[in-house]
Amino acid sequence: MDEFDVVIVGAGPAGATAAYLCANAGLSVVVIERGQQPGSKNVSGGLIYAQIYDEIFPNFWKDAPVERTITGHSVVFLGDTAATALDYRAEASAPHYNAFSVLRAKFDPWLAAQAEAAGAMVMPGFTVDELIVENGRVCGVKAGGDELRAQVVVVAEGTRSQLLKQAGLREAYSPKDVSIGIKEIIQLPEQTITDRFQCLSADEGAAYTLVGHTGGVQGGGFIYSNRDTLSLGVVAKIDSVYKSKKQPHEILDEFKSHPFVARLIHGGEVVEYSAQTVHRGGFHLIPQLYGDGYVVAGSAARLLLNNVMTLRGMDVAVASAAAAAKAVIEASGKGDFSAAGLASYEEYFKATSVYKDMQTFKNVYPLLENDRLFSTYPDMVCAIMEDMFSVQLQPGKKGYRALRDRMKDHDVSLLNLAKDVYQIGRGVAL
Amino acid sequence: MTQGVLSLDNRLGLDKYEIDEQSHISIEHSRCANCGLKPCLTVCPAAVYVWVEDKVAIRYENCLECGTCTIACEGGGNGGITWHPPQGGFGIVFRYG
Ligand SMILES: Cc1cc2nc3c(=O)[nH]c(=O)nc-3n(C[C@H](O)[C@H](O)[C@H](O)COP(=O)(O)OP(=O)(O)OC[C@H]3O[C@@H](n4cnc5c(N)ncnc54)[C@H](O)[C@@H]3O)c2cc1C
Ligand code: SF4
Ligand code: SF4
Repeated sequence: MDEFDVVIVGAGPAGATAAYLCANAGLSVVVIERGQQPGSKNVSGGLIYAQIYDEIFPNFWKDAPVERTITGHSVVFLGDTAATALDYRAEASAPHYNAFSVLRAKFDPWLAAQAEAAGAMVMPGFTVDELIVENGRVCGVKAGGDELRAQVVVVAEGTRSQLLKQAGLREAYSPKDVSIGIKEIIQLPEQTITDRFQCLSADEGAAYTLVGHTGGVQGGGFIYSNRDTLSLGVVAKIDSVYKSKKQPHEILDEFKSHPFVARLIHGGEVVEYSAQTVHRGGFHLIPQLYGDGYVVAGSAARLLLNNVMTLRGMDVAVASAAAAAKAVIEASGKGDFSAAGLASYEEYFKATSVYKDMQTFKNVYPLLENDRLFSTYPDMVCAIMEDMFSVQLQPGKKGYRALRDRMKDHDVSLLNLAKDVYQIGRGVAL
Repeated sequence: MTQGVLSLDNRLGLDKYEIDEQSHISIEHSRCANCGLKPCLTVCPAAVYVWVEDKVAIRYENCLECGTCTIACEGGGNGGITWHPPQGGFGIVFRYG
């Protein structure tokens, strides 16, 4: 029955970062990961926003298995058959390069290896079955029939956070607050991807966020370019999925059948099908992050930033884990791992730019609830574009006239439009 | 081959699994009897839950371990699902992720 300073559950970005920092500070650390290897259970869209990684693992991209540097970001509104895109392109000018695409089965082992090199022990292939709680204090974990005791447990087990629930340390989640991400990896030649995503070289890639055409469910799609694969998926609110009575793979097929999407994936071969839950995020959902003998980081603490254009979970996980590690290291100096001894975690987290970004985008949430955003506007925007671009027998319309006519076609009142514009403004713009 | 639509079984066939002999999912059937919506039957991306002879049957071998079913069953169903992660090293093995 070993006694460690720190036991960490999960070798995702949160767990690996906490392990790396705590081990660097000289603490004895063990990370328990249920996958055969770190990453073998993990699914994400695959964009890492690099700033915080660079801060902790300087110049990581030189060494880490990243796929492409993301130099193009597009938001695309999918109408029934048409598409309207807002396309942003930049040069991959300077470190930290803003964002990279990654595949978790390759990237997570690299992160875990950094923790190992710093002296942490990483144990893949073991599932933590429960937290050991004595007199209201977490003092270790049970895994594979063994007990591992520790001064402090870092809970970094991802979205489901089963252990916290079992121990009565979190409330049940509502299907309204969690989405399902359904994903495929689609293989294509490297050069085809470079050309099709309008990149200058195979080091560059582009990311598409797609709104609309997801079978009436509340959510959106993504297509990100990797070296010789694409990451394609739909992220949809769980209750809207079961209310739609459509199976997740059918929703995915509907998305893939859209001409805009079909063009990007044409000729590709699906090589993996996966799914994972993801919190819908939101400032108002940030829970208590610590207690006697434990801290919670990353998705296990529901930390996620979604501002319609970008979905950030992996850098958020790293930032929260870094704040948690700082508090743990301090607690170790004081010899106090009680809730009071770990409370500085919250202060450190509140000082991060991630926390401030979550605060900035706190009004996005109602926007994500607005059905018109997913079902009506994408098609309406495309219809207005059609009015602008097509030459027909009937005389053409100027913008405002086209807008009013299309609003009528799509059953959108002026009042609704005004409310929605206000909501969009409050959520992402003003 | 992607141009045609892949069946769910074909999709699952692309994935690598280390199948455990024991199911990591169990059902309290008495709860399902009083479950109106039965969200488990639609929401699972691997169609693990199927309605057979007035009961929910489980094809646990196909599970992608996403966690959707438990949240749907708790909030939209009647709490009939008990889901534990498979024992260490078993279950789905993503090669890309
Ligand atoms: C479809 C989809 C698209 C996404 N797109 C993006 C994106 O583009 N960019 C982005 O930044 N974020 C994205 N996210 C969110 C991102 O994946 C998560 O926020 C991130 O993975 C959280 O990291 P984490 O370390 O907290 O948890 P995880 O990465 O989930 O890691 C948890 C780890 O704990 C292990 N574990 C769990 N339970 C146990 C146990 N009992 N015993 C032992 N080990 C255990 C797991 O195997 C896993 O390795 C996306 C998510 C989804 C589902
Ligand atoms: S949702 Fe839960 S309670 Fe309802 S039928 Fe399915 S398993 Fe049973
Ligand atoms: S965890 Fe996901 S794949 Fe597994 S049974 Fe539940 S919903 Fe289906």
